[in-house]
Amino acid sequence: WRPRPLSSRGCRSSLGGLLLQARERERVREADMKHYEVEILDARTKQKLTFLDKVEPNATIGEIKVMFHKNHTRWYPARQSIRLDPKGKSLRDEEILQNLPVGTTATLYFKDLGAQIGWVTVFLTEYAGPLLIYLLFYFRLPFIYGPKHAFTSSPHSVVHLACICHSFHYIKRLLETLFVHRFSHGTMPFRNIFKNCTYYWGFAAWLAYHINHPLYTPPAYGDKQVKIALAIFLFCQLGNFSIHVALRNLRPPGSKARRIPFPTKNPFTWLFLLVSCPNYTYEVGSWIGFTIMTQCLPVALFTLVGFVQMAIWANGKHRSYLKDFRDYPPLRTPIIPFLL
Amino acid sequence: MAPSEEDGSMEEKETKKKPLSPFATAWLTFYNITMTAGLLISVPRWLVLAVAMIRFSYQKRTHKGLYRSIQKTLKFFQTFALLEIIHCAVGIVRTSVLVTGVQVMSRIFMVWFVIHSIRPIQNEESVVLFLVTWTVTEITRYSFYTFNLLNHLPYFIKWARYNFFIILYPIGVVGELLTIYGALPFVKKSGMYSLRLPNKFNVSFDYYTCLIIVMIAYIPLFPQLYFHMLRQRRKVLHGEVIKEKED
Repeated sequence: WRPRPLSSRGCRSSLGGLLLQARERERVREADMKHYEVEILDARTKQKLTFLDKVEPNATIGEIKVMFHKNHTRWYPARQSIRLDPKGKSLRDEEILQNLPVGTTATLYFKDLGAQIGWVTVFLTEYAGPLLIYLLFYFRLPFIYGPKHAFTSSPHSVVHLACICHSFHYIKRLLETLFVHRFSHGTMPFRNIFKNCTYYWGFAAWLAYHINHPLYTPPAYGDKQVKIALAIFLFCQLGNFSIHVALRNLRPPGSKARRIPFPTKNPFTWLFLLVSCPNYTYEVGSWIGFTIMTQCLPVALFTLVGFVQMAIWANGKHRSYLKDFRDYPPLRTPIIPFLL
Repeated sequence: MAPSEEDGSMEEKETKKKPLSPFATAWLTFYNITMTAGLLISVPRWLVLAVAMIRFSYQKRTHKGLYRSIQKTLKFFQTFALLEIIHCAVGIVRTSVLVTGVQVMSRIFMVWFVIHSIRPIQNEESVVLFLVTWTVTEITRYSFYTFNLLNHLPYFIKWARYNFFIILYPIGVVGELLTIYGALPFVKKSGMYSLRLPNKFNVSFDYYTCLIIVMIAYIPLFPQLYFHMLRQRRKVLHGEVIKEKED
């Protein structure tokens, strides 16, 4: 008996060699089952950007994004869109590699989402603007209506009420951003902050200019009109807040699970019986109240534009609910009961 | 804003991939030929005036007649261009309705709300500047579309469409901005198209401020359009695969 070299070629001829070969094959297969190989290609040019070997089968897309970021420091995880095919939908961060329809060598596609900015940052900026800008007009800073009216006060009580309501509305939004909302995406494209701020700040300036103008005309039906409008406004603000709380409670901390929202003990949430996005319904209601209160056309236009945008969002949300849940309540419409 | 150059390569892609119904092709061909012909008819008049301008030295009265003589044609063709929005909405031209809408509306704004409405500026040199660039751009653009639809595009037309804009577009924008700027004093004095406070619905509109905002709007919008056309140019003329940065 002569000692044989352990190389597979040398071993092939003997039985001991065959056993050795089989054991080696087994070891290789075992290694295959333990680790995936992931190659990431650019979705547009199909160029190979990264090859990750020895990826755990239970690795999440989020972890893969971190690994990808190590090789391409420019593309931090928030701006990566990883998908199974170049034109497909983005994979969620929670997706697990071995649950995806890929072989042990997975090919994924990458698309750069562009520079990202956090949702909280955007919301705080776009809401703080109107809050402060309105006050500049309310206190009639000299450069706005001229030195003659600088720091004067309006004789109409509705103007003071409008300032309180407007400020309350945006303070509420800021607090909700900080303490109530749970965001499913951490970030949005950086460009959006300019677009959003122009919209919010621009409109706030335009309507504040008219309401606080020295030549402002109070509502035609006087106190009665203001009282009814205030009631609508407060009712809808409470409603909007109730919905935000209900949506928050739908989703435990840290979870990104999606569930159908249902009415709770709070009567304001009973609107869920009729619409998918009652928060938008109440929001439009608040602004209708504010429009009636101030009887100001720029406010009406702001309400209209806001309504159109929220109707589009509500429709999208409604459709995704219908797609995700087979048993979605059929009576519900996106934003207006029975109509839209 | 001046040359509406947006849709070029989009339409190229459209006519290559999805064949249009014969009716749609016929209508688009008719439309584009009409636009080309209409502009070619107005060009000789411009040439006559240009020659007159050059011959007599640069005085106000030699281009005084320019706008007046071509205004009917200009108004007709720029207003007729509203049809292009419908083409996009209906789907026989594959460009975004929003983009085409913005461009057509900006032309209509210049023609009706600036030159037509504010008579004193009709004789300004800046008007000649953008009328010239519009005319040349439109002729190349419509003939490009026409030949494209007939699947018989001479390289020169394609070359012209994707190169002329490089100087024409900035010149046109300068002309437009100078015109609006020149119109400001007249607008302020006459208080035209404005709504003042107090009124029942607490709304006001100041045309003067509106024009200033329009001028400021050129700052973000013009570079975007210009660089978009440059990218289209590289793609179409040099076949580069442009890795576009998506928002």
